[in-house]
Amino acid sequence: MKVLAVILLSAMLTDNFVLSKFMGICPFLGVSKKIDSATGMGVAVTFVMLCATCVTYPIHHLILVPNGLEYFDTVVFILVIALFVQLVETAMKKTIPSLYKALGVYLPLITTNCAVLGVTVLNIDNNYSFLQSLVNALGGGLGFMLSLVIFSGVRRKMEYADIPETFKGVPATLIAASIVSVSFMGFSGLFS
Amino acid sequence: MAEKKNSLFVELTKGVIKENPTLVMLLGMCPTLAVTTQAMNGIGMGLATTFVLLGSNIVISALRKVIPDKVRIPAFIVIIASFVTLIGFLLEGFVPSLYDSLGIYLTLITVNCIIFGRAEMFASKNNVIASAFDAIGMGIGFTLALFIMGSIREIIGAGQWMGMDIPVIHSNPMLLFIMPAGGFFTLGCIIAAVNKLKNKKPPLEIECGGCEGCPMADKCGSKEADK
Repeated sequence: MKVLAVILLSAMLTDNFVLSKFMGICPFLGVSKKIDSATGMGVAVTFVMLCATCVTYPIHHLILVPNGLEYFDTVVFILVIALFVQLVETAMKKTIPSLYKALGVYLPLITTNCAVLGVTVLNIDNNYSFLQSLVNALGGGLGFMLSLVIFSGVRRKMEYADIPETFKGVPATLIAASIVSVSFMGFSGLFS
Repeated sequence: MAEKKNSLFVELTKGVIKENPTLVMLLGMCPTLAVTTQAMNGIGMGLATTFVLLGSNIVISALRKVIPDKVRIPAFIVIIASFVTLIGFLLEGFVPSLYDSLGIYLTLITVNCIIFGRAEMFASKNNVIASAFDAIGMGIGFTLALFIMGSIREIIGAGQWMGMDIPVIHSNPMLLFIMPAGGFFTLGCIIAAVNKLKNKKPPLEIECGGCEGCPMADKCGSKEADK
């Protein structure tokens, strides 16, 4: 139980996917303008991460390893992820059309979100058990959502700031991200 | 035809400066930030990505009439992932040290927006030769951006550059620069500099302007990096 808690919290805070592993930067910069869409994106990513882990873990350990085909990991994993993204997209279009509109172009981009592929590959690399993998995926997803939501708050304040002409837009956003990242460094050493 | 040759040259050079994938089009941020703690890693990542980009662009443009429009995204992904697996094996076999330092980010080339973006925007619409030139140009642009970024972070953050010690900075480096926060900060400054140059006149060389407009310019090591 203690191990699971450590995995969950370190995936969320100390090894936050966005701010310390740099995975999922594109949606982090793109969708974090409003808190609503940041939350929606976070939920969608968490869901895809969990589902992808649920499927890729058995595929790796029950199909690929016994047949000596581990090198197909990347190809198989990314296809599974693409499939789930399609699923989430269709489901969201039917059930929450307003959120679907708000996420717009970024939804298909979950496929190319490094965080999702990253979490499935990391689970295999770290030799996690099935339960540990799921917890890691959950922590990663929640951490992603946390950083997105925090950052959307920062960006709302930034809209009123007087930023030098050259730094307007992406540069200012990146520097704000760097400051948010410094604040997450405070978590390091939490579980040593 | 002279004109045709000229257009190939345009395909090659546009990726380096005018449409630099990282600094102007803002694609492929994850590897840009993650592996650039050292200049050498930046080059390695850049070249690995160039290899995958070249391979996937050639195959996708060769198959562009065969792949049905509806399943093009899964098809592209499989092609890209295969090339990533290939470069993974090559690096593991021949340059194991680079393989170790790139780690998981090597696998994540699969989901690099640059490769997918070029497949979707260019390779699926153009012929094989143009796509190959486009890939090489974009690859060089990406490698260059990663190299500049890695140099700045390594010099300020570790006081070293490509294994050489930099005097003065080496004795008290700003560790923050090789930490994640420094990555965001450096990239922000570089993009601001590129914006500044872009608004004034078309940039001739990105490296020269690397630090202009950046508050750290006088302390920044990019002058050493250019040598």
